This record gives sequence, C-alpha cells and structure tokens, in this order.
Amino acid sequence: MLLIPCPYCGMERPELEFRNGGQAHVARPLDLAAADDGEWAEYLYFRSNPKGVLAERWRHVSGCGRFFNCLRDTVSDKILAVYKAGEPTPDLKGGASA
Amino acid sequence: MRFSFFNVARQALSGNQGWPAQWRSPEPKASYDAVIVGAGGHGLATAYYLAKEHGLTNVAVLEKGWLGGGNTGRNTTILRSNYLWEESAALYEHALKLWEGLSQELNYNVMYSARGVMMLAHNTHDVQVAKRHVHANRLAGVDNEWLTPEEAKAFCPILNIAPDIRYPIVGAALQRRGGTARHDAVAWGYARGASARGVDIIQNCEATAIRRDASGAVSGVETTRGAIATRKIGVVAAGHTSVVMAMAGVRMPLESYPLQALVSEPVKPMMPCVVMSNTIHAYMSQSDKGEMVIGAGTDSYISYSQTGGLHIANHTLEAICELFPPVRRLRMLRNWGGIVDVTPDRSPIIGLTPVPGLYVNCGWGTGGFKATPGSGHVFAHTVARGEPHPLAAPFTLDRFRTGRLIDEAAAAAVAH
Repeated sequence: MLLIPCPYCGMERPELEFRNGGQAHVARPLDLAAADDGEWAEYLYFRSNPKGVLAERWRHVSGCGRFFNCLRDTVSDKILAVYKAGEPTPDLKGGASA
Repeated sequence: MRFSFFNVARQALSGNQGWPAQWRSPEPKASYDAVIVGAGGHGLATAYYLAKEHGLTNVAVLEKGWLGGGNTGRNTTILRSNYLWEESAALYEHALKLWEGLSQELNYNVMYSARGVMMLAHNTHDVQVAKRHVHANRLAGVDNEWLTPEEAKAFCPILNIAPDIRYPIVGAALQRRGGTARHDAVAWGYARGASARGVDIIQNCEATAIRRDASGAVSGVETTRGAIATRKIGVVAAGHTSVVMAMAGVRMPLESYPLQALVSEPVKPMMPCVVMSNTIHAYMSQSDKGEMVIGAGTDSYISYSQTGGLHIANHTLEAICELFPPVRRLRMLRNWGGIVDVTPDRSPIIGLTPVPGLYVNCGWGTGGFKATPGSGHVFAHTVARGEPHPLAAPFTLDRFRTGRLIDEAAAAAVAH
C-alpha cells in the first residue's frame, strides 16, 4: 500500500484514503465542435502508460476531498513529488535525487 | 519425439535419459520473414499457427526473459467463453473450441479440464446482468445456464449459501464447458510445436528498438542480441505493449496494472469446479496438485512493479473466507502479481497498426489466458495475410476512433 503525501493536508496518509484519478494534465479539446474523431479518441481513450515517471491525479476522498497531482515511478511505485492542481509540474532533474 | 504409450514405456525402461529437449535454443539469424515480440502463450501460439496454417516457418519469437515466464505463468488458468457481446462470444468460443482438442493437436497434455465455471450473483443487479449474459450466450450458441443457490451449492458443496452473510448468494450462472488448463503446458506445448516446424524461439533477448524504412514501414528490430531484419513484427507483449509500441512511435489506449493471485498449501480434493464473483472480486479453483488457486483484483494505479498492494489480496481473502468457510484455516503459500494491459472497453486489440508491417495483439487485460489458442490462431492469420481474421476484425485499434467499442467491463471478474 502506498503512503501518499497530500499537498493540501500536508501529511502522509495511507492509499485507502485516496482514489486514483488517472493520468494528469489531460486537456479537453478547446473547440469541441471542431475536434475530429482522432482528437476525441486521444482525449477519451489514449493515456500515457510509461514504464518510468508518470504524472497522475489522486483525490483525497476520505480527507480533504480535493484533487492533486503526483509524479510517481511506475517501476518502484516511489512517489517523487506531489503538487496542487493548477501548479506546474515539478522539474525532477533539479534537486530530486529520489 | 512424440509422446505416445510406446515412447513413454521405452523411455521408462531406459531410465528416462533419452528424452530430447522440447525446443531448440538457436542463435538469432540476421533476418526473418516475421518476428513475434513476446514468448508467452499468445506469442507462441501465434508462431505455431503461422508455421502450421500459413507456411511461414522463417519466424523468430523474441522473449526478454524465459518463455511463459510472464502472465502465462502467473494467471489462475481459468477458461470460459460466456462473454456478452456477439463479437467477444465468437472470439472466446473459437478459443474454447480449440482448447477442447488442444492436447491432441499439440501432442502435449495441456490438462484441459471442463469442470465448469460458476459466476455468483449477490444482489438484484448481479442477477439481471447474469441472466442477460445467460440469454445472450444461449442465442450465440454458447452454453450458459442459471442456477438457484441450492443448485449452486449442489455443484460446489463448499459454497456458503447462508442468507445472512454480508454478500449472500442469490443465484449463479454456470458454463459447464468452462474449466481450467495447465498454463505452463500451454506455453511449452506451443513452443515445442512451433520449434519442430522451424520457428526460432530466442529467450533472454529483449527488443530494444523497432527500425523503419524511408516509407515508414517496419524494416527490422534491434535486440540485446543484435539487430534482426524483418518486414513483419507482431507485438504480443501484454503489460509491456505500450513500451514496445512506443519504439515505433505508436501510442496505445492501454493502461498497465498489477493483478494479483495466490495459492494455498495443497489439500485433498475439496472443490470440483471454478467459482467466480465479480461483485466481491474473488475467484477460486483447486489445482490438480491440491492448492487452492485464488485470483484477486488489480491495484487502482498504473504500475509495472509485478507485486501489487497487500490490501488488494486481503480484500479478496476476506470474501473467499466468507464464501468458502472450510478454507479459513488454510495457509497461503505464494502471492504474486502480473502486469495486465487494460483497454477502455475491456476488450482486446488484435490487428493492424498505423505502421505498415507492425501488428499488435494486446489489451487482454485481466482475462487473456482463456483466449490463448484463439488469440494466436486469429493473430497468425492477421500477420500472415496482412488483414484481420474475420473473428478479429471488430477488435481493431481504430475502434477507439470510430467509437465502435465492445464493452465487456461486466464480463471481467476482477476490479479494474
């Protein structure tokens, strides 16, 4: 079980308090009427599935109830960084020796 | 050497020292007519049918570890074909029919046992879904029948049908032709059959890059044991499909999750069938060695860790203990995880890709073992002819663009 630090609550809590929200930063097409089938397919169904660092969303359902983003290594499951919704993705190269 | 009564008796008399290796372990050649990436059951079956039915014997199967060492050796060996939609029922029924004759076909005992697969219903919604499956299956020519709780208990005597448990059993759907098979034997049997027909199975050889020519078509694959030229590549890499396809710049609608299973210490025969519960994410059968084989769910997040969280297995064991009270005192011997590639509609992807010469067979998610022979059979046709087999035609990668999804989320027996 993961121990996930919630950036809003400011503490590590067990995974059972959270729901995974899938890949982070998936942008809905801006002009819906102009988006073709390929763009819709990409938005609805195609997701990053890296063997390495993944940016994903978690929601602290049994805590503050808020969504936040997380960088996690999908091989070791180690959480490398968490950041609030709307904040830029942290640059892991600068300082994070993990 | 064929397995026959005569050969078994003759080898017994000579101390069983004369059995040859089951398959060759050749060095990779500089070029092949087709290369299959992934020597699990599906990849080996593909190579076998390429050689046997399409005359394509100059074929290599690349495996980064050892053959059958991924999900083929990690699943819970359950076979059934009671899927809801016509497209899926036809595909899985094709596979089940091949299972029925597979030991004779391969001259290798895959220990297919049609002991029946019973899927439990615990509430009104389950009953409606299960009965819908029963009716759809019978219309599609797939056997499936509805049982009362008493009939379910008669079929599986260790089942707890008390009405006062947390998830009482209110009925069950039974496919009598479903059952189990020995997972390792399937990989070994196909490997032996393919190797005997000239296919090179190259283990400890990881594909590291896919080469393409000026027109964008596949021209070869680079591996940890050197470059191999080929015009056709079939990717059958299960949980690592996204990683391999990314080598050709193709993005896939897949997410990879760890799926767990456990086995108990071996005990005397106590369970004559397979029992599954979608609602409480538990399924169990008994192996011929006597171990209770238990399938758990997937983790909620993408991972390649091949382990999975303990709370997932714990959740399943709580359900198992309630459904089957006699197993409460059994100790668990092993617990492991495999990485499954899950599609948005829980149906596989079999077919062509935007890259000429590159074919993919993936997305079997949490239930690929049962499809092994059918999957290999239709994928071999697809790779050999360059066009989908009629049974595989609905399962294109393009369906996520056209919207013709085959939604089998209710058919999967585990939490996604």
